[in-house]
Amino acid sequence: MTTTTQVDPGSHAKRPAPKRPRARSSLFARGEPMVWITGGALILCLAMIVGLLAIVFINGFAAFWPVPIERVTTLHGKTLMGEVHDKDTYVPTRAQVAELVPQEKVETIFAAIQEEGGESTRRSLRTGNFELTQTNFHWVSDFEVAEDTQPEWATLLERLTWGRFYGFPKEFRIDGKVVASGPAETWEQFEKWHGELIDRYDEREDLKKGPLGDVDKAKRAAAKELRVVELDHGRFSEQYAAATKVFDAQVAALDKEREPISEKIAALQAENDRYVMVMRTADGVDQPIRVADIVRGYQANQQGFFGKLGIYFSRWHEFIWDDPREANSQGGVFPAIFGTVVMTLLMIIFVVPFGVLAALYLREYAKQGMLVSIVRIAVNNLAGVPSIVYGVFGLGFFCYIVGAGIDELFFAVDLADGNPTFGKGGLLWASLTLALLTLPVVIVATEEALAAVPRSMREGSYACGASKWQTIRRIVLPRALPGIMTGGILALARGAGEVAPLMLVGAAKIAPELPIDGEFPFLHPQRSFMHLGFHIYDVGFQSQDSVGTRPLVFTTTLLLILIVVALNIVAIWARARLRKRFYT
Amino acid sequence: MNDDRARLSEEEQQEHPIAPASAQEPDTPAHLEQSGVYQAVKEDRAFDTAVHDELRSESNVVQIDDFDLWYGEKQALYGVSMGVPRSKVTALIGPSGCGKSTLLRCVNRMNDLIGSVRIDGEMTIESDPIYGPVVDVIELRKRIGMVFQKPNPFPMSIFENVVYSLRIDGVRNKALLEEVCEKSLRGAGLWDEVKDRLHESGLGLSGGQQQRLCIARAIAGEPEVILLDEPCSALDPIATQKIEDLIHELAGSYTILIVTHNMQQASRVSDYTAFMYLGRLVEYGPTQSIFVKPQLRETEDYVTGRFG
Repeated sequence: MTTTTQVDPGSHAKRPAPKRPRARSSLFARGEPMVWITGGALILCLAMIVGLLAIVFINGFAAFWPVPIERVTTLHGKTLMGEVHDKDTYVPTRAQVAELVPQEKVETIFAAIQEEGGESTRRSLRTGNFELTQTNFHWVSDFEVAEDTQPEWATLLERLTWGRFYGFPKEFRIDGKVVASGPAETWEQFEKWHGELIDRYDEREDLKKGPLGDVDKAKRAAAKELRVVELDHGRFSEQYAAATKVFDAQVAALDKEREPISEKIAALQAENDRYVMVMRTADGVDQPIRVADIVRGYQANQQGFFGKLGIYFSRWHEFIWDDPREANSQGGVFPAIFGTVVMTLLMIIFVVPFGVLAALYLREYAKQGMLVSIVRIAVNNLAGVPSIVYGVFGLGFFCYIVGAGIDELFFAVDLADGNPTFGKGGLLWASLTLALLTLPVVIVATEEALAAVPRSMREGSYACGASKWQTIRRIVLPRALPGIMTGGILALARGAGEVAPLMLVGAAKIAPELPIDGEFPFLHPQRSFMHLGFHIYDVGFQSQDSVGTRPLVFTTTLLLILIVVALNIVAIWARARLRKRFYT
Repeated sequence: MNDDRARLSEEEQQEHPIAPASAQEPDTPAHLEQSGVYQAVKEDRAFDTAVHDELRSESNVVQIDDFDLWYGEKQALYGVSMGVPRSKVTALIGPSGCGKSTLLRCVNRMNDLIGSVRIDGEMTIESDPIYGPVVDVIELRKRIGMVFQKPNPFPMSIFENVVYSLRIDGVRNKALLEEVCEKSLRGAGLWDEVKDRLHESGLGLSGGQQQRLCIARAIAGEPEVILLDEPCSALDPIATQKIEDLIHELAGSYTILIVTHNMQQASRVSDYTAFMYLGRLVEYGPTQSIFVKPQLRETEDYVTGRFG
């Protein structure tokens, strides 16, 4: 950029030196590409997260929506009925085609497939009726279909045992006598009696869990007392003989107590057993089904939008509030939801005070130097230790050392019979293990929050004659509380989603008893518990029927995400309130 | 805590780079002595502070005797001796880095919070030693109120801010707390502005109000001395005016020691003024004399703006 035109030609000596060329035109100098690079990175991250969430949400929310029931007749004359579960495209070989269609049609069908590019679509039908067919799913290729209909009276029954049943209502029997036949009449009878039977079933279950369970518990307690005497005095002592007498009397009394309850249960059972619905499958087999075993039944192809909506919500309700059945492949996940929430809250109760105290010492009391720096680095590094290592530590230290010690001191009788109380995985040890796992998060966040409290505020407090602890308690901690809560929120999210260590220290496939119930002392920290994260693993990868349980994987994942989000929202709300209080 | 100290001095230096002492040798007015303070400082020699006679008749609340202070290796105060007269306002002036804030913070031992500080010399409040192995720092600080450069209300309600010193003493009597709160806020000229929102956060007040809240907090503990560390440097002129008026009002009932950068402020609010230079107390006398007819040329240079 020379300026010759502007310079007076007479004053050559004063002419300014030519300017250094400016990189004004360089794209990088203007920073434009950085906008795109940073923005692109953000979009990539968002796309991955949104994609993951979308998969979970779409599959999770769609899982319980009722779909039509299709009846397919193959060229071989076989009839299948069920819901379309999956679809894909494949390239059938001649052998595959030959296997699926009658001999005489192989050539023409194979030729037709070849003409259309060699590809064929097939669908996976969920046909249920496991007790008859020993399988839940059938693949049906489009070329083997002779007839494909959606029958009006195709009925889906969800049962307590054996999973789903697809068929047509044939007749309704009470005490073996046919009271209705034909689909419409049979279904009318079913709807008439079903609610009553379910109530009776629930009553029976309540009796089993409540009074009957109490009697059995009392029996076990009596047996334990006897066992204590045996361990203390020996089997041939006088005391043992006396105790045996007491025990026998107790058992007799309890048995007497038990009898009417058992009778009641048997009566309810017998009453329910009177009602049977005979279902005819698509290929013409009649199958009697006890009505009390049926959880839900409907004609998928007759349902309007609102009917489907009703079924949809009824399924969600069952999923959230019921216990699992059939090795977790059916029913609900309530114990897992409960276990997850209780375990996470317990973990937070352990980790936050611990972390805050540790951070307080590290930041406020310890002389800042080499040693403290090393401790700080070590704490930060703990966050990078694989979580399964914490699980191993938890099992080895909490369960086998601390737990075994507690057992020896307080539960020697159970231990002698080979039933460890605390010396195995349980809620308490799982919470402590996860507390350990999330401790670095809390310590780091708390330290940052403490460091961010302005020096002037501390000085003001000291100048008023406050001691160090008074300053910390009245000024520093309140001011740092939102930051500490951020640490808690991070710990919560981390802890709620953790599965690997739980497998070692207390999460169970099925835990019949909730860790909190009405029985003294109400919280049972020694019990194993169910956890949604572990449930996902169990249902998705350990189940016999992993195809059938796939929707449950998504719904469970969805539930876990929603629970973590809900817990976080509560914490964030609390933090916002605190901020408002301390910062404005 | 080394880094704290470093940060502190760094901040001060960045804010006001110190002009080299002997950079300019201004013309000497006829009535002033050639004291040679610059020379003495340069050669690290001790010299006597020019103390005006008026001070000898005052009774002192705080007495400082031959006080030295080091930040690690660096000495910040050199043999400072002075008394703080009862029920009077005493101003500490001097160029940045002269040690006036350091001296102020020695009175209530705020410098203890900095690990590397070492001191030598005597300091007493009402004849009780401030430094010494048997002194309870917390009890000592309760006898001394302090207001800082930046308003630093605590993250709590106005009410709780004011009664903080009572709270930490464990006072629970609600009537007493309310009485002290009102009295202190009235004393700080803030009562009428905040009486309807005592239970709102103190952080919601304006800067000037916050500073008056801090003054209310300082006088709530009924201190024997109030230390003001450049209390107006973060405030606008109107808020400054209010604080200065307040200092006037407090002067009769409290002994006040104030550090200020602003010489007009010193001349307006104080009864006595001490001029400090590079850690030494150079001249100390009635404000009127210091600003109009100082004994030393160096003081004159500073107060007239020829140096500093």
